Amino acid sequence: MKCRVCRQPAVIDVPRHNANFCGPHFLDMCRRQVVKAIEDFDMLAKDDRILIAVSGGKDSLAVWDILLDLGYEADGLYIGLGIGSYSDVSGEYARAFATERGLKLIEVSLRDEYGYDVPTATVATRRVPCSACGMSKRHLFDKAAIDGNYSVLVTGHNLDDEAAVLYGNTLRWELEYLARQLPTLPARNGFPKKVKPLVRLSERETAAWCVIRGIDYLVDECPIAAGNRHLGFKDALNTIETQSPGTKTAFYLNFVEKVAPLLAAYALPDDVELRPCRECGSPTTGEVCAFCNLVAKSADHEPVPVELITGRGARRR
Amino acid sequence: MKVLLRNPRRELEITGPRRVHALLADLELNRESHLVIRNGTLVPSDEELAADDVVEIRPVISGGT
Repeated sequence: MKCRVCRQPAVIDVPRHNANFCGPHFLDMCRRQVVKAIEDFDMLAKDDRILIAVSGGKDSLAVWDILLDLGYEADGLYIGLGIGSYSDVSGEYARAFATERGLKLIEVSLRDEYGYDVPTATVATRRVPCSACGMSKRHLFDKAAIDGNYSVLVTGHNLDDEAAVLYGNTLRWELEYLARQLPTLPARNGFPKKVKPLVRLSERETAAWCVIRGIDYLVDECPIAAGNRHLGFKDALNTIETQSPGTKTAFYLNFVEKVAPLLAAYALPDDVELRPCRECGSPTTGEVCAFCNLVAKSADHEPVPVELITGRGARRR
Repeated sequence: MKVLLRNPRRELEITGPRRVHALLADLELNRESHLVIRNGTLVPSDEELAADDVVEIRPVISGGT
């Protein structure tokens, strides 16, 4: 195989573009896709104060690296979720990336600062683990962005992530979720602006970016997420993608362009009445926000080792 | 050739030479969800892997939302 651009030996084939690339021209393709996402969806300006949610995995380190490469300045935010050695190692990758490049990495530990971890919250609240984890992360991302006066919060969600969520929400016709599944969510009601610059890159492409750029990241899968519904949706979409390259791109990007505008009426209105949470001050519709409810239930619970809930991500809600 | 797989981490000895796409098919692995790496360098799907190569087949799918 030869690179489509320079005819030198290719290192990767990208069937959805019907193209093969050498390392440098693959990186150029990735940069172009991210720039197009940023421009098309009004994500970032060069003078934005950017906070990137960093897990130590390929997507968050790739998006940090790409944004720096494109000339943006960005700090990182790592949340210690307390998922046993998986979290310990993920933190090491995030810290190493930041330290080697002289970047600022803000760290928050669920156990040290809020008295619980994801395994304990799962048992204490009887939630699906990925639900307790996702809710905790979203709250702390928002809080760190607001408290730190960042103008935009960046996450490393890629095309596969977005297509899988879209697939799941479509199978159940979850119109409210569909209406707000957008690559850019503007700041509103005390929540920060949130953007996903990797939505035009597949998971295989963000991993390839890291390999070519020599970025060490945590390859191992979260032990709790193994077998969850989200991964099943990704498998199903990749089976279709192999037979019909470009399907994931068309499914997601055509949804954003053609369908999401039709669903706007189902989204939570901007003028919905929110009040400050009695405990933490974050905007909420009730007296106490969902995060503070979770903390209240989890913080007094005896710590639960991750081994007790491994594979629970597969359990249905 | 020696093949390193992840999740769970394990090593296989596969008879070579073998092309990348054939190796993935033999192991029932989807090309969309894996990268193949030889000596730290990515290899495309039509590359022939030699009998004495050491390759890593790296999954790229993550489960968080």
